[in-house]
Amino acid sequence: MSELQERIRKTVEGEPIVVFIKGTPQFLGCGNSGRALDALRSVGASAVTIDVLPDPQIRQDLTALYGWPTIPQVFVKGELVGGADIVEELAASGELATEIDKRLGEGGRNGGDERVVELAEGTGSPFRVVS
Amino acid sequence: MSVERLQALLRGAFPEAEECDIADRTGTGDHFHVLVVDKQFHGMPLLEQHRAVNTALAEALEDGTIHELRISTRGAA
Repeated sequence: MSELQERIRKTVEGEPIVVFIKGTPQFLGCGNSGRALDALRSVGASAVTIDVLPDPQIRQDLTALYGWPTIPQVFVKGELVGGADIVEELAASGELATEIDKRLGEGGRNGGDERVVELAEGTGSPFRVVS
Repeated sequence: MSVERLQALLRGAFPEAEECDIADRTGTGDHFHVLVVDKQFHGMPLLEQHRAVNTALAEALEDGTIHELRISTRGAA
């Protein structure tokens, strides 16, 4: 496993909800990334987001790790839930809230702030908080 | 890769599908919406249903033919 893959894995496993998107919540590079974040917000869940645009290798390694070809990708407690269509559909049916509660327990949907995390080279930490 | 080719890939992957369509959402040949209604999806988690569609179109996703893919799946009645 490459160093970048290791950092991706640590972030996915270390944060309750992680969404790989194009851009940031404030400056979205793709409508589908916004759809995924909106679906999470609709059930009071806040995510850590990672922008895949700065380095094409992030997306490549992410796909290699989890076998999912498109962005966004939503992870809850280290497991892939799906892309924008899936989380939107699950939010509409009520299953998204159920699934998050099942995986994260009480407080998994506390409506806290979204955070942007940058996968940084050689910092010793799996990630660096930038906002 | 043409829409017809993508359609053929889907039909090959879901030969018994009740519905199996791919639509060019924007008319630019790179943003697509796939609909597959297949009894094999009954009881299958949504993630695995979508994974099956992604697998069917893996080559086109890999080579950039498909820039955006929306997926709708359900089990046939």
